[in-house]
Amino acid sequence: MSERVIELEILRYDPEQDETPRFQTYSVPYHDDWVVLDAINYVKDELDRTLSYRWSCHMAVCGSCGMVLNGEPALACHTFLRDYPDKIRVEPLQNFPIERDLVVVMDDFIDKLGSVKPYVVAKQEQDVDDGEYLQSPAQLAKFKQYTACINCLLCYSACPQYSLNDAFVGPAALALAHRYNLDSRDAGRSVRQDVVASNEGIWECSFVGACSEVCPKSVDPAAAIQQTKIASTGDYFLKFLMPWRRK
Amino acid sequence: MRTIDTDVAIVGAGGAGLRAAIEVARVDPSLKIALISKVYPMRSHTVAAEGGAAGVIKGNDSFDNHFHDTVAGGDWLCDQDAVDLFIRDAPRELTRVEHWGCPWSREPDGHVAVRPFGGMKVERTWYAADKTGFHLLHTLFQTSLKYPSIERFDEYFSTDLIVTDGHCRGVTAIEMRTGQVQLFRSKCVIIATGGAGRVFPFTTNGAIKTGDGMAMAFRAGVPLKDMEFVQYHPTGLPGTGILITEGSRGEGGILVNKDGYRYLQDYNLGPPDPWPRKKAMELGPRDRLSQAFWHEQKKGRTISGDYGDVVHLDLRHLGEAKIDERLPMVRELSKSYIGVDPVHDPIPVRPVVHYTMGGIDTDIDAATSVAGLYAAGECACVSINGANRLGSNSLTELLVFGARAGRGAAELATRSVAGADEQQIQNAAEAAEDRVLQLFRRADGAESVAGLRREMNDAMEAGAGIYRSDDLLQVCTESMRQIRERYKNISLTDKSNVFNTDLIEALELGAMIDVAFTMACSALQRKESRGSHQRLDYPDRNDTAYLKHSLASYSATDSPAIDYRDVTITRSQPAERVYGGGQE
Repeated sequence: MSERVIELEILRYDPEQDETPRFQTYSVPYHDDWVVLDAINYVKDELDRTLSYRWSCHMAVCGSCGMVLNGEPALACHTFLRDYPDKIRVEPLQNFPIERDLVVVMDDFIDKLGSVKPYVVAKQEQDVDDGEYLQSPAQLAKFKQYTACINCLLCYSACPQYSLNDAFVGPAALALAHRYNLDSRDAGRSVRQDVVASNEGIWECSFVGACSEVCPKSVDPAAAIQQTKIASTGDYFLKFLMPWRRK
Repeated sequence: MRTIDTDVAIVGAGGAGLRAAIEVARVDPSLKIALISKVYPMRSHTVAAEGGAAGVIKGNDSFDNHFHDTVAGGDWLCDQDAVDLFIRDAPRELTRVEHWGCPWSREPDGHVAVRPFGGMKVERTWYAADKTGFHLLHTLFQTSLKYPSIERFDEYFSTDLIVTDGHCRGVTAIEMRTGQVQLFRSKCVIIATGGAGRVFPFTTNGAIKTGDGMAMAFRAGVPLKDMEFVQYHPTGLPGTGILITEGSRGEGGILVNKDGYRYLQDYNLGPPDPWPRKKAMELGPRDRLSQAFWHEQKKGRTISGDYGDVVHLDLRHLGEAKIDERLPMVRELSKSYIGVDPVHDPIPVRPVVHYTMGGIDTDIDAATSVAGLYAAGECACVSINGANRLGSNSLTELLVFGARAGRGAAELATRSVAGADEQQIQNAAEAAEDRVLQLFRRADGAESVAGLRREMNDAMEAGAGIYRSDDLLQVCTESMRQIRERYKNISLTDKSNVFNTDLIEALELGAMIDVAFTMACSALQRKESRGSHQRLDYPDRNDTAYLKHSLASYSATDSPAIDYRDVTITRSQPAERVYGGGQE
């Protein structure tokens, strides 16, 4: 058995007691198949009951345990101790206020998610008794990738634009808007444009691509935003070329 | 205490809670809805369901087929009127979420595709690759954003139902950001808090599945029904318990023991050929497959691993293209968490606690015995699942009964509810707050949350696992009785009001102990073997004595009292469950 010990240097902040965040170090036994979340759970159960963080599924699908590990945004349940040095610095996601310890205030993201109207705006409502809308595998494939977002916020933590301007709608929400715009069942692109094509929407993105690099689900929000820019530019020119074509 | 007035309060914002909220909003947009959850909706455990949702839509299928599969799969403990209603509502509900944008996998002609599933005679399981629960949950969450009457209270931990004069008047909840207890005063409450797999140490269930809603209803006087029926999923990853979907067997995966032998043929599930055949071998029901593992283990034919014995789930013959198209998450999970690429190697798997068939006793309209209180989804027991749920019935169940709960609640909320005594409501809310404060302030308790939780987990695994017996269950119930006593001596280390997970976990543990105790006591009393409840000392099903639902009632001082109610039989008389080549 390995005697290796991992040092977790965890950011602590309780607004009732601390004026500023501080770091606290915990020693945790190393296990080859442990993810960082297992080590944090060890701290919680064996060393310090006062540590607060979010987690649930332990299989990279609920999106709760996004954190910054040695400077990189990551899901704690999907990163292994074996891929880190003996010292791991654990911080909450960047670009969000800290609620407590590793828990960030998500209100801004939740508002932005709703602002892009992420639901089907049907051309004409079909009765359920008339069955499903037909959608070919090719039509599904057009938007499938953009449905995979688990709202873990890693992309907001990584995004340089969001850190400069928190009015920016941001990668996950814009990718979700794009997902519905591309869905053959949807006719809502024009109602999403107010937010998506605004100054705080796609045009705020400087295409650094950090969002796509950190995405644990390969959603590629950067591509979604660039594709939306092209579509919106098309709208803009069509307005002059074909003024009779509405929206 | 801050009071929030609303018409319908919904506790839990997973699949069932969201579907209920949307239904209330659709039925009457003027009704105020408070959707309360201890997590953000997309964190709810519906997200982890993989394989699919059952509903009859194809020409080769029929409602009768789905009915008989479900009733036999549940070993005749299902209420057949409920099953009939369920299978008839199923296609319409699944179509509705299709209209709302759920990215169901498709056939080449654009129709929704279906895949075979365990215990189902005909392929009828709608799927979105192997992330069906994830897509269903996000579709419902995103659709719910369309309705302004749904006001969400994310990260509010509900503690107690407010019941006066036999009518549910609301619920108290801790706002986790501030630690303050708040009262939601409502005309009715829907509980949709999911299952309680976390009472066991080895489970597919996320950390949040702690039976909070079941325990709340239980303490408010609603019986918990059929709690002895706990489903083991036959294919979880060793160590973590991560679920490897039944869809992997639906697509043609096989289970083999240490000799590479498809052992299920030795347990009345064969012959192995021709393959694949519905309701046979790897497409048998989950209870039978998990029990077969137990026997193989006794015979020494399993494979020993770092986290106990395993068998192999072999997908290699499906080929990389099909695995990537139909089972991308299975491949990813397997590669990440145990370093096995199923394209090249078989996946080690073992049975793992997955689902609670039992739950809050409701009728077919999702109503409980307390006026104004409804329950839907895994926390509820209607019962359509009986003694063993068939895979892919539960995602459909949360839509069908979530919607019914929403309709029932909306209808009740639009009627004028007889005036409640305000003082009584305030008193009840203050008592609930007091209970939290006592726990929060207790300084001298000798018990810790993590320690007592581990003891509960161990007691349940030792006594209430795949096979049970009188002696094991006697020990288990006695342990649970003691653990419930010791819980009174829990004290917290964390004294902050802000996002205090020491407090939340302590409250969750209290709920789990109540729920686990009902499981152990109900299992001890049921002296027969049926579905997922297998007794070594009573190996046969006994319809004379036990064609009945168990009903566990709360007592603050004693063990839960167990009562029984006849199963509703309409058109399928109990018979032998036949799988494999013995089918007609």
